Amino acid sequence: MRFITGFLVLPVTLYLIYVIAPYVQAFYIALTDWRGVNASPRFVGLENFQRLFGDGIWWKAVSHNLILLVLLPIIVLVIALFFAFLLNAGGDRGGVAGSKVYRVVFFFPQVLAVAVVAVLFQQVLRPDKSGMLNAPLISLGMEPIGFLSDTRVALWSILGVLVWQAVGFYVVLFSAGIGSIPRDLFEAAAIDGASRPALFFRVTLPLLWDTIQVAWIYLGILALDIFAIVWVMTAEHGGPDFSTTVMAAEIYRNAFEYFKFGYASAMGVVLFFFTIGFAILSLRLSRRERIELS
Amino acid sequence: MSLSRRELLRAAALIPAAGALASCATPAQTPAPQATAAATSAANPLGVAADKPLEIWIFDGGFGDAYAREIHEPMLKAKYPNLEIKHNATKEVAKTLQPRFAGGNPPEFINNSGANQMDFGALVADGQVADLTPLLDAPSWDDPSKKVRDTIDPLAIEIGSYDGTPRVLNYVNTVWGIWYSQKVFQENGWQPPKTWDEFTKLMDDIKKSGKMAPFTYAGKHPYYIYEALLTVAAKIGGADIMKNIDNLEDGAWTVEPMKQAATLFAELGAKYLMQGTAGLDHIQTQTAHNKYQVALLPCGSWLENEQKDTTPADFGYAMFPWPSVTESDAMPYGTLHSQPGEPYMVSARSANPRAGLEYMRAMLSKEGAGKFMEMVSTLTVVNGVGEGLQLKPGLKSAADALTAAGDNKVYFRWRQWYAELHTEVQAASGQLMSGNLKPEAYLERIQKKADAIKNDSSVKKFKR
Repeated sequence: MRFITGFLVLPVTLYLIYVIAPYVQAFYIALTDWRGVNASPRFVGLENFQRLFGDGIWWKAVSHNLILLVLLPIIVLVIALFFAFLLNAGGDRGGVAGSKVYRVVFFFPQVLAVAVVAVLFQQVLRPDKSGMLNAPLISLGMEPIGFLSDTRVALWSILGVLVWQAVGFYVVLFSAGIGSIPRDLFEAAAIDGASRPALFFRVTLPLLWDTIQVAWIYLGILALDIFAIVWVMTAEHGGPDFSTTVMAAEIYRNAFEYFKFGYASAMGVVLFFFTIGFAILSLRLSRRERIELS
Repeated sequence: MSLSRRELLRAAALIPAAGALASCATPAQTPAPQATAAATSAANPLGVAADKPLEIWIFDGGFGDAYAREIHEPMLKAKYPNLEIKHNATKEVAKTLQPRFAGGNPPEFINNSGANQMDFGALVADGQVADLTPLLDAPSWDDPSKKVRDTIDPLAIEIGSYDGTPRVLNYVNTVWGIWYSQKVFQENGWQPPKTWDEFTKLMDDIKKSGKMAPFTYAGKHPYYIYEALLTVAAKIGGADIMKNIDNLEDGAWTVEPMKQAATLFAELGAKYLMQGTAGLDHIQTQTAHNKYQVALLPCGSWLENEQKDTTPADFGYAMFPWPSVTESDAMPYGTLHSQPGEPYMVSARSANPRAGLEYMRAMLSKEGAGKFMEMVSTLTVVNGVGEGLQLKPGLKSAADALTAAGDNKVYFRWRQWYAELHTEVQAASGQLMSGNLKPEAYLERIQKKADAIKNDSSVKKFKR
């Protein structure tokens, strides 16, 4: 026992100092008007939260996060499940032809750092002849699409990039999940005359449910704390005209551009409760009997 | 599986907030070290304590940091052989140095610049920035009979002042205008326009020629275009247009000259922009300019230096001022937006602030400024340094424009004072140029934000 305690002292201390203490501090800073350089912040009570309530840009950011929270998991899960199914159970002998190659290729985006992905897509989405997607349009004589410069399109471009980056990982995750489903279940169903869709919806999906839940929660949290893609890739950091801004970007802007650390901490506290709320909600909603295999 | 998933959830729920909050450490309550000046003398007019080190932080941006290492630091070292100079360079000023201020041991001398600079308003409000009066009243490096303040552009002192006290040395002089290639203009017989009618006619001609697009700007950073819009408005209505905006006067944004300027720029955005401008940044548009894909580009005088690696040898950068809109413009043709920039400061609570001031005195010498001008190819606030130096065409063009402007110079400061207003004006200006905001709505939207800042007691206000 003493051995275990001794073993845990260091990590727990580090965790307390570098994780828990900053949390507690942030809750306190959120109640002050600290601007980052002065040594004695003034206590202002809940003023920051009142102000936050009437901050149109903040609510815009929240709405963008919510849109992503709903759409990102759904789109990624559908695509990833479809690919994973094709890779594993879609063909006659396991997966479609070349499934091993695809499995590796799909994982590529996951290997790239987020900042690299953002810079890459900046080029891909360029609105001139150097843009990979716009170059064909321009050479056909059409107007280029302002993927990142049109306020109506920009958020969808962000969503697209996020999906592109996330799908590969979940294909691999679901492939592993499908791989662990006993083969004879598929064979039995096939012998009973089940079609491919029936196989997918009656066998694969129910047996993969646990994994899908985890994936959904991961993706939900990804959608809530998205930052780097938006900050690096978009004009005006969350623009144009705030059309792609998200909560984390507003926190960063207020903290490190306006030096309103108190206000930014208040935003952080709200984001904290959003995330906790999402986690609790997911736990409640995903309570479901497990299917026993044996 | 179920159990571990729950654990994972709880842990995962904490991750995003931690990322956002962990960086906000509560400030330390360390008392500031008391800075004492050594005795002053004719050789050491600022009373530098030569036995204490001098820590220097240079922003490693467009100018690099070699000028400090190779010009200014050796000058000081030659004068004070015992002074230990600790040179540092960073691209992330705030992230690197903010904790030092909060911790009570800031470095002496800081080139607080770049996208990640620290907020001067907050630093000044907290008494972190040293008063530069002793420096300005000290004899100049070259001529003991002249005070430092008499050898530099008075605007530099005014702009570096907070509530009447000089705090920040803006070393580089920047002028803004419309840049073009002398080669292209000569080959096509195009002339720099002096009136707005000539300007639009020139752009129509360029468009008709089919050789290149008439106009572009850094669409991803609409600062580049609202700077021009304000300059044109000030030219129509006088320098007070910018002053009133700076002072957050009621209705400063919605006055008639602003409406005229906004209307002209909306038209510019609708008719003359290079395809895709809104989605390109400053480097991409400037490179397009270098590739002769576009003829005109508004920018500051740092442009030639910033583009030195992509500019064709015979490009021949040159600039002209924004043309006159009407014959009754309040300011004549040649009026420039000129602004001392590139801020340097001395920390009031550092261990050796006087050495920081002395370093500034070396920078403001003829040798310090002249070599700087040649090395990084930019104008400085020191008077009469450029004469006799070999300058590149763009820099020469800018220097000539500055001389021609005489006293007809305008500037604004709210960008530094009210960062939130800058964000809003950037966002709105991009929308004005892409046609999503009508000129009137554009100005009203900005006025609303300016009013909100004016009524926000938590934002420190400045006056000029």
